[in-house]
Amino acid sequence: MEKGIIFDIQRFAIYDGPGIRTLIFLKGCPLRCWWCQNPEGLSKELQLAYYARLCIHCHLCVKACPLNAIKLMNEDKHIIDRKICNVCGRCVNACPTSALKIIGKEVTVDEILEEVKKDIIFYNISGGGVTFSGGEPLYQPSFLHEMLKRCKEMGVHTAIETSGYARAEIFQKISKFVDLFLYDIKLVDEREHKLYTGVSNKLILQNLKFLIDSGRGGDIIIRFPVVPRITDVEDNLEKFISLVLSLKELKEIHLLPFHDVSEKYLYLGMPYSMPFHENPDYEKLKIMKRRLEALGLKVSLWGIK
Amino acid sequence: MSFQYVNILKELTRRRGVVKPLNERVDRLRKFVVESEVKLSVERARLITEFYKRGLGRGKSVPVQRALAFKYLMENVSLPVEPGQLIIGIRGTGVNETPTYPEITLHSLEDLKILNEREVMPYRVDNEIICVYESEIIPFWKGRTIREIIFENMDEKWKHAYEAGIWTEFMEQRAPGHTAGGERVFKMGVLDIKKEIRETISQLDPSDPEYLEKIEELKAMDIVADGILIYAKRYAELLNKMADDEQDPEKRRELKQMAKICDWVPAHPPRTFWEALQHYWFIHVGITYETNPWDSFTPGRLDMWLYPFYKKDIEEGRLTREKAKELLLCFFLKFSSQPAPPKVGVTHEESATYNDFSKINIGGLRENGSSAVNELSYLILEAYDELRTLQPNFAVLVSERTPDHFLIHALKIASAGYGEPPFFNHDGVIRKMLRQGKELEDARLAGVSGCVESGVFGKEAYILTGYFNLPKILEITLNNGVDPKTGKKIGLETGDPRSFKSFEDLWNAFMRQVKYFLDIKIKGNDVIEAIYAKYLPVPFLSLWIEDCVRKGKDYNAGGAKYNTQYIQMVGLGTVADSLAAIRYHVFEWKTFTMDEIMDALGKDFNGYEWMIEVLRNPDKTPKYGNDDDRADSIAVRLVDEISKLVESYPCSPIRKASRRVYWLPTTVHVYFGKVTGATPDGRRGGTPVSEGISPVQGMDRKGIIATFMSVAKCDWDKTGGALLNMKLSPEIFDSEENVKKLAQAIRAFFRLGGHHVQFNVISAELLREAQKRPRDFQDLMVRVAGYSDYFIRLPKALQEEIIARTEKKSF
Repeated sequence: MEKGIIFDIQRFAIYDGPGIRTLIFLKGCPLRCWWCQNPEGLSKELQLAYYARLCIHCHLCVKACPLNAIKLMNEDKHIIDRKICNVCGRCVNACPTSALKIIGKEVTVDEILEEVKKDIIFYNISGGGVTFSGGEPLYQPSFLHEMLKRCKEMGVHTAIETSGYARAEIFQKISKFVDLFLYDIKLVDEREHKLYTGVSNKLILQNLKFLIDSGRGGDIIIRFPVVPRITDVEDNLEKFISLVLSLKELKEIHLLPFHDVSEKYLYLGMPYSMPFHENPDYEKLKIMKRRLEALGLKVSLWGIK
Repeated sequence: MSFQYVNILKELTRRRGVVKPLNERVDRLRKFVVESEVKLSVERARLITEFYKRGLGRGKSVPVQRALAFKYLMENVSLPVEPGQLIIGIRGTGVNETPTYPEITLHSLEDLKILNEREVMPYRVDNEIICVYESEIIPFWKGRTIREIIFENMDEKWKHAYEAGIWTEFMEQRAPGHTAGGERVFKMGVLDIKKEIRETISQLDPSDPEYLEKIEELKAMDIVADGILIYAKRYAELLNKMADDEQDPEKRRELKQMAKICDWVPAHPPRTFWEALQHYWFIHVGITYETNPWDSFTPGRLDMWLYPFYKKDIEEGRLTREKAKELLLCFFLKFSSQPAPPKVGVTHEESATYNDFSKINIGGLRENGSSAVNELSYLILEAYDELRTLQPNFAVLVSERTPDHFLIHALKIASAGYGEPPFFNHDGVIRKMLRQGKELEDARLAGVSGCVESGVFGKEAYILTGYFNLPKILEITLNNGVDPKTGKKIGLETGDPRSFKSFEDLWNAFMRQVKYFLDIKIKGNDVIEAIYAKYLPVPFLSLWIEDCVRKGKDYNAGGAKYNTQYIQMVGLGTVADSLAAIRYHVFEWKTFTMDEIMDALGKDFNGYEWMIEVLRNPDKTPKYGNDDDRADSIAVRLVDEISKLVESYPCSPIRKASRRVYWLPTTVHVYFGKVTGATPDGRRGGTPVSEGISPVQGMDRKGIIATFMSVAKCDWDKTGGALLNMKLSPEIFDSEENVKKLAQAIRAFFRLGGHHVQFNVISAELLREAQKRPRDFQDLMVRVAGYSDYFIRLPKALQEEIIARTEKKSF
């Protein structure tokens, strides 16, 4: 039985594809975008998160840890020594308030399917289904492939939220079972892409072209993260526009405003590479939206109306 | 500006934005109703006392005496006219002037003082009233009121349980009612009914052992019929006189027309839309003058019954859509003018509101099974949207056959955040009625009254008898029959929980306690039913509910075609979570021993802060409402076994009513919480228990679908209705697409068997803001239970409880 790692399941997702959906977050991503809004999806490994705000300083975790990886700085401050911690989870069991939590869970395809089945009546009535998100869902290809295939066998609509970064044969094999692609285009220039995401965008653009050439433009929603001073610069915008104009029958474009989520990195003890902390400028976003609409594209601002 | 503040501003704009300007007439009337102080009016108490004191009914049977007293009221009450109102008649001496019912519940001078001075839901009491009460009313009624007769006839066990807060007693201050009008109310004139009475009398057979009772009841019915005719005639005369004195020709014409309407209805069946509304309103005033029935009265399925009048008037050019809306607005304002009769003591605690729960139903199915949605359904929603007053309440009945467009339209109106209208599964209501043995056509005429109570409108007396405090019974179970609050042994000795070997031991002990208390409560119910049947017949209400006239039997004595007796269960979430906590932590995972739990409960968790965190953490303790079978299965079992237990009692002796269960709380979950100590779900003593069938406040963390799923696992078809409150962030209503998805989620929930859902569309921030600046939020209405109320007027604990209800994060 195929297994995979996920870090969350959300029901009644209404912003990630048609109808009422179940959103499954796969853990692990080959990209390292500076602005990543889901840092818990980056590493494929299980991680220990510490939400200081929920902590009541009972120190039960300190006692529970067999490796002494949780150190008490003073009465109301813990430090997790992540070099020592092996994510055994004993502190999590001991923590009464869930201030400590393991991010990530190994699950079988059947277990996921059980979750999906629960909401079939909601999908049926609303024309909804399942959306696989991440992390990067294509980063666990055989697990994803199996889940998609099984969903299609049950007649459930499928979508993936993807960076498009995967080897062509993997991408092509999986795309057969995907009804809707929520496809990220971040930076069009290859050098810039490498700088800010850690990888080249060659595969991403190739895979996108493959979809368009197979006549599946109508199944694609392009998602553009609007990151101040990185993706929203004029040069990238111009290139983005000429790219999307070259894509035939594109369904829609979603603009995703960037928010400062540095706190999330803190929970996980991960470094945050984003040097800018400004929140979205909605006026600027609206102008961008109108600009794209003027070109005959269907655009929605995700998150604000 | 902070993000939160922007949200608040946005919401306020939305809120203000929806209140569209009304036409001048309605605007003036609305202001008058909203701004008039709620006060007591002594006139009814004085007249009724006068009637009995003068011996005007001396020597007559009880029903005839009551009928003559009613007629005396109709002959003598004052006839207020609100300038500009198009519907005439009001219970009491004016807008918001609320009569009292000393023959049922006699307010002491102390009560009057409390009513006048209390912060929550006060009723202004003039000195004159105090004097009249002191000199005439109290001396005459003391010792002979229904309330006193009830308490005299309850045994010790009943009293101990009542005092401990195991239950409340609905009938101790207010008369049975809980009903709605049906076809009869819109198609029969009083003269038709008088004819029916004569025919029934002529067919009575003296060999019938109940012959005399029936004759007396029918005589009483005939007298009250005359009473309402007199009331209408007096108004017709008054309006004619006012017309003669009026200089403005337009106003004179209007008064003349109103006088003409009062000449025709309620004597004859209404012919026009306007007449139909006035006809109903006379009946409503009569019923609410006769007694102070719970949930006043309601026209029920208003869109369905009014439609033929509307259609005919429009076709024949007598009416325009705008005029019909104005009439509806005037009609709704009549309900707003009649606050609930003053409640004191426990009754005030269980129902702390001016809302008198008249609930107008729209949508649903017709008798023949087709959708009842019509143009008027939309017009009624539109009128409500413009009016936004506390009363009347509304209910949108949703069937599989209801058009999507209508559901979405209603949902958008709910988005304004006032909590109205709530949504009901009409197919589910019909299944419930069929299960209770009603005919299909009757079942389809059913709707919901009060909060969420299903019943066949116009044909059923479904009497609610009181709330039942399940968390308190669990507390008593854990204390081996003793109420730890008083140290009194009021329950059964079901064993020291420390000696329980398994969860089943605990379960069995709990269900034995439930049965023990139900035995006492149901016995009390039957005595009270007998008291009302004998001492407080309601011939006027009986005129309008089938088959009272034909059977020659009073509504309170079993005259209705269908008779049902309900107990309202409270605390599903608290008890399910508490039992789950013990089952897993004590018996399965052995996190805690029973001894530790008992010690923690005894100390209200002081010194057990760690334990409370674990018990209130859905990651660590299974919680109902998260689609977690471990807790949900306990809720399912509670709903099943409690229905089965209640239904196992034989029919009531007088009304031959079957015994059924509702799950709803009004505001009693706050009172029940006050009297119940700490519970194993991590709830501290004195704080509210869970309300309706909603998950414990703040414990549902998985979003609306998970809550819907948990709730829908329980078999609500075995109950008469259950109340589910959901709080939504307003963002969901920002796009058409999302509203559609919410509508689809409701459809799915109903297909799965849900009975009802209502939405509080607000942010916790906004409510906090309202607490700080109450004067700026006087129009902020929230859904409390089966009804909405002004937030700033709610008791502090209830405010806190509403804030605590989980905001659904997945929006």
